[in-house]
Amino acid sequence: MTTGAAQAGPAAYGPSSRRRKRALMGLGGALVAFAFLAPYLVMVLDSLRTSSDVKSTPPSILPRVWQWDTYAQVLGDERFLNWLKTSLIVASGSTVIVVLVAIPAAFMTARHRFPGRGLFLLLVLVTQMFAPTALVVGLYRQFFELNMVNTYGALIITNAAFNLAFAIWILHGFFASIPLEVEEAAALDGATRFQVLRRVMLPLTLPGLVTATIFTFIAAWNEYVVALTLMIDDDRKPLTVGMRAYVTGYEQHWDQLFAASVIAVVPVVILFAVIEKHLVGGLTAGSVK
Amino acid sequence: MGSVHPLVALLWLAPALLLILGVVLYPAIKLFDASRSEFSITGLRRGDAGWENYAKVLDHPSLGTVLVNTLIWVVAVVAVTIVLGLALAQFLVKQFPGRRYVRWAVIVPWAASLIITSQLFVLLYDYNYGIVNHLLLGAGVIDAPIDFLGDDSWTMFSMVVVGVFVSLPFTIFVFIAGLNAIPDDVLEAATVDGARPRQRYRSIVLPLLRPALMIATVLNVIYVFNSFPIIYTLNDRNPGYLHDTTITFMYKLAFKSQEKDVGMSAAAGIFNVLLILAVVLIYLKIINWREETSR
Repeated sequence: MTTGAAQAGPAAYGPSSRRRKRALMGLGGALVAFAFLAPYLVMVLDSLRTSSDVKSTPPSILPRVWQWDTYAQVLGDERFLNWLKTSLIVASGSTVIVVLVAIPAAFMTARHRFPGRGLFLLLVLVTQMFAPTALVVGLYRQFFELNMVNTYGALIITNAAFNLAFAIWILHGFFASIPLEVEEAAALDGATRFQVLRRVMLPLTLPGLVTATIFTFIAAWNEYVVALTLMIDDDRKPLTVGMRAYVTGYEQHWDQLFAASVIAVVPVVILFAVIEKHLVGGLTAGSVK
Repeated sequence: MGSVHPLVALLWLAPALLLILGVVLYPAIKLFDASRSEFSITGLRRGDAGWENYAKVLDHPSLGTVLVNTLIWVVAVVAVTIVLGLALAQFLVKQFPGRRYVRWAVIVPWAASLIITSQLFVLLYDYNYGIVNHLLLGAGVIDAPIDFLGDDSWTMFSMVVVGVFVSLPFTIFVFIAGLNAIPDDVLEAATVDGARPRQRYRSIVLPLLRPALMIATVLNVIYVFNSFPIIYTLNDRNPGYLHDTTITFMYKLAFKSQEKDVGMSAAAGIFNVLLILAVVLIYLKIINWREETSR
């Protein structure tokens, strides 16, 4: 065997081989991360090109000219600000409703026995499986008859209803894990059920509340099909629907579309990473008992 | 767990019940109403249609294509997602430098709006300017650019790739949770007993992972079936229903086709609802839902 030849036989199980294995895995990890991020890197790079550079042949990896003022343009665009306003109103409104409605429901089902409890939880589970997509024609008829097409209210309650389940499961789990003694001690002090909830239980479920809040906000922020159907006026559309106007048969501002996309995606990704730990539990709930 | 009078409980559950009845159940009833009505092209109800809308859906010349597309879409996306997701999860539970950051990167397609990711892929797939064609041409894999979204033999494949890409994060995280739940000592005991890695995997890890596998599969079937933005966006410039699934087919019938037939779309919607309900029943069976154990 000549010197310099790779000698990593199966018998070479020293610390250096272990270190090499870890380094290789780190490299593999970097590749996996790159695979998931690559499309979004293209999005960020495209938001910094001129519109003609986005559509140039052959495409270049890096922008030919770095054009930073697309972001200023988008943020100064009145249409964009209207869409952003709708997204903020709808996402915040749905989140407030979901949290206010989910807390009493989760508290009651997690800490008390009563007839119909299982039925209620079953109903919650079934609504979780029903994305509004399949019901969109029914939703449209309903809000059309209520004269609520084009209203924030319609979008807010729809998003609230379809995201309620996740919040109930998450909070249910947190409430259920609080030891009975904590609640009993408070009850002995003469606290009413509502006081027990507010002063004793809620502070203990704070991580659950944060998770429910962020999850609902993001789901409503990203919602597409109901908004597409219900919001017909241009200045009432949320970001997801409105943004499409940047690239149509008439105007093709890919740079602006992607700048708007970056603005819509980045905050949400950061928030999502915060609640990572609790996501699976909330989405597979009913199964994790 | 204390007992409580049903009326008191009802009071605490009332807001949630109102929301579910008002915005999930009522639209479902409206959907059924609409499916039994006749509408003008502007969406005004003109009268009863009986079961005629259902007959029109069943007679629709594109129904066969749409059903086959739906089957291919759901089976292909879910199958590839489960296999790839399991492999990636297995990798991501191992200890290596930077694992935390890799997991964060994996979250991104999940957190980003589906419609934004879909629009992004429209450009990535572009015939003239898309980076996918550019890279494949550069690497010499292909001689001429591929029209990923316009060439009928490529459209479904291109959509499935995006479907897998956005379904992987949730799936990977479900599997990571499942793998982490397998107690270390069980695996150690097997190693001590002389089980080799492959045996250990086949006879211990996989059986213990079964619940996670089932849950990930059924939930993905529902999510992928319901998935609207990917097909709606990537298939946007193709006329007709050649690459539509039952969900986009239903939407186009009411809002985008020449016929703008709300009644027929509603009938198609009822079929979709029944399909989802069937899968939900399977899910309930898998997670072994019982009233008493639901705590």
